[in-house]
Amino acid sequence: MGVKLLLDKAHIEGIRSFEVYRREGGYKAVEKALKEMNPESIVEEVKKSGLRGRGGAGFPAGMKWSFIAKPEGIPRHLVCNADESEPGTFKDRYLMEHIPHLLIEGLIISSFALGSNDTYIYIRGEYAWIPDILEQAIEEAKANGFLGKNILGTGFDCNIHVQRGAGAYICGEETALIESLEGKRGNPRIKPPFPAIQGLWQRPTVVNNVETLSAVVPIINIGGEEYAKIGIGRSTGTKLISACGNINKPGVYEIDMTISVEEFIYSDEYCGGIANGKKLKACIPGGSSVPVLPANLLLKTAKGEPRLMNYESLADGGFATGSSMGSGGFIVLDEDQCIVKHTYTLARFYRHESCGQCSPCREGTGWMEKILKKIDEGQGKMSDIDLLWDIQRKIEGNTICPLGDAAAWPVAAAIRHFRDEFEWHIQHPEEAQKRNYGLAHYADPIHVPA
Amino acid sequence: MSEQPLFKVTIDNITIEVPAGTTILNAARKIGGEVAPPAMCYYSKLEGSGGKCRTCLVEVSKGSEKDPRPMPKLVASCRTTVMDGMEVKNITSEKVIDARNGVVEFLLINHPLDCPVCDQAGECHLQDLSYNHGKEGTRFEFQKRVFKKHDLGPYIQLHMTRCILCYRCVFTADQLTGKREHGVLDRGDHAEIATFIEKSLENEFIGNVIDVCPVGALTDKTFRFKNRVWFLKPMDAHRDCPTCSGKVTLWNRGDEVYRVTARKDQWGEVEDWICNTCRFEKKNTSDWVIEGPRLIDRHSVIAQGHYAGSVGMHKPTETFEAVHNGRKPKLLMDIHSVSNVNRPEITLSKLDRPAHSSDFKPNQD
Repeated sequence: MGVKLLLDKAHIEGIRSFEVYRREGGYKAVEKALKEMNPESIVEEVKKSGLRGRGGAGFPAGMKWSFIAKPEGIPRHLVCNADESEPGTFKDRYLMEHIPHLLIEGLIISSFALGSNDTYIYIRGEYAWIPDILEQAIEEAKANGFLGKNILGTGFDCNIHVQRGAGAYICGEETALIESLEGKRGNPRIKPPFPAIQGLWQRPTVVNNVETLSAVVPIINIGGEEYAKIGIGRSTGTKLISACGNINKPGVYEIDMTISVEEFIYSDEYCGGIANGKKLKACIPGGSSVPVLPANLLLKTAKGEPRLMNYESLADGGFATGSSMGSGGFIVLDEDQCIVKHTYTLARFYRHESCGQCSPCREGTGWMEKILKKIDEGQGKMSDIDLLWDIQRKIEGNTICPLGDAAAWPVAAAIRHFRDEFEWHIQHPEEAQKRNYGLAHYADPIHVPA
Repeated sequence: MSEQPLFKVTIDNITIEVPAGTTILNAARKIGGEVAPPAMCYYSKLEGSGGKCRTCLVEVSKGSEKDPRPMPKLVASCRTTVMDGMEVKNITSEKVIDARNGVVEFLLINHPLDCPVCDQAGECHLQDLSYNHGKEGTRFEFQKRVFKKHDLGPYIQLHMTRCILCYRCVFTADQLTGKREHGVLDRGDHAEIATFIEKSLENEFIGNVIDVCPVGALTDKTFRFKNRVWFLKPMDAHRDCPTCSGKVTLWNRGDEVYRVTARKDQWGEVEDWICNTCRFEKKNTSDWVIEGPRLIDRHSVIAQGHYAGSVGMHKPTETFEAVHNGRKPKLLMDIHSVSNVNRPEITLSKLDRPAHSSDFKPNQD
């Protein structure tokens, strides 16, 4: 049983209400931070903890906080990115739904550390029922003196506003989120200037993921150094993984980043093995935009070492033989799944969600989708595979925001690791249509830990 | 005013000094020629423009004197400011040429390529871009996208299929007309320029969106299908206009004024914005004081300047023979090395009579 810092109390009856949360030791971190610490020491504590952004990029949170500009007389803002739209990722939803006060508590501490008197939660439009939960939690916190004017008599004012998005994936990109929050079209801004200098309403802004901000609470409670002891190397603390796909026990798991991928998939504490006695074929370990890995490369790195569930190990080997931790959306595919169909589904998603601002992404995502659809329908040509490769290569790195990369990587990885399946699809269009799945790649024999 | 520090920047091995805060693109434009990256969305007179089309991507091989690390990705030169000691590769970088090639391909896959019936043909930035940086042929095998037609009123014709979503017209309306009435609807590859509810654009300065449009998406309804631009003589002219500067270029054929546009510099950017009255209403020579022929030295076809030997005329320095190592020009029909129809022993261009069916191979069927 690994360490749990975020979801340790999530199972308690009525934890959604302020009374129960407070009774279970909630809001102690706010008291400690506001009364015993100052903003600088909180930032220092977060830096010591080694906490990395949980939204996908994995940028050290404390360092991001220290970049914020502090010009005289200009308000600063903290924005909580709850626009969790990456396919396969639903950890923030679980957290906000079950233990909303943890996020509110984290937001109060972080707002204090950054000097934000107006803090925003930008929440995904499809999470229609969660803003009510958050707003109720905010009301309760306000009624108990943890929000509003002069919190706990320290003279610090803070209000939290919940803003619903309108259903655009791109608004999860921080500058697009800021544009949308300002009431504009959610197009990503061209950086620089970075939000830490000019963000929301041209004011210094920090945008952080729900999980990152929630993790500030245990960091304050146990101290940054203690937090840094959990995990391995630069992957400190615990991480929420939302596991889905062909596994026995899909759900949100809190892991301490020392366990292996094999243990995560096959142990009964986590995913409980592949459903229906099938074999593992492939897995996307960090949300739909990170490269898919075939079973053999997923369980072991190219060097033959067991792959662990943390930032470094999942990225071992670069994109050639590795992948990325991403947002923690763990999608497992069993032997019956068709990589071509799967890649087509992802390409369709990115085509639909491209904002249309810069040419490679706007035109390239649509083109890739059309080619993959053609292959999927049995009309493909062998040259289409090379064409797909060339298109993704010309999108990657040439766009304003990471959506272009996110659209290019899944296609690149699918071709890199499953090129034979694409070829099989093209050469046997009728059989592919009938079977609806392609060739399987197993890590045989799969050792199932006892 | 305090002296602005000068930064040394090297672009394609040419070093110049520019004031701090200059973008790489503008520094490259100072050098001029091939070194200046193409720009489809950037417009120096529109605040906030640029960064979108990605045609001006360049490689920064040395960040600055202080931090010599190269930048990891290609950067949009129109939105990246120079640092002291920066080294930039534009046409000397394989990566840039390859990426630009890709961008041109992306811009063209859904473009209708209806140049023969497009009013912008001959002065189109996308034509120039594809000639200079594109590849022959297309790898796109699908239907091009189409849009529902929108009527923008009596002056401006919108062809959304030709649009490359540079956002220039949106910035123009924002910054010139005060109250913008059109914008970008939807997202991704179905994003389009439109008024949300069918509306005609009639602001006194809205006509300038025609001049800023790099392609034929926004054209002048009063000039539509009247003539091809390369048949017209551009003449600088002015009038005493109460709303704008009144400095325009007239596009004449004989004494007839076919079209009025703003004066554009060598980068295709207007020098002074003009009002709708000057642009759409004043189509008589008597309305204008003519200053003289206008030198157009950028656009593909009009730049040939076939009406005055001294203006805009660039005589080729090399003859066809010199370029082709002494090979004399042949008739286009002379394809007997690859054709199944021609008889290899007969060179059609050397015949001193019209070609006859006996000069070709007999019908095989």
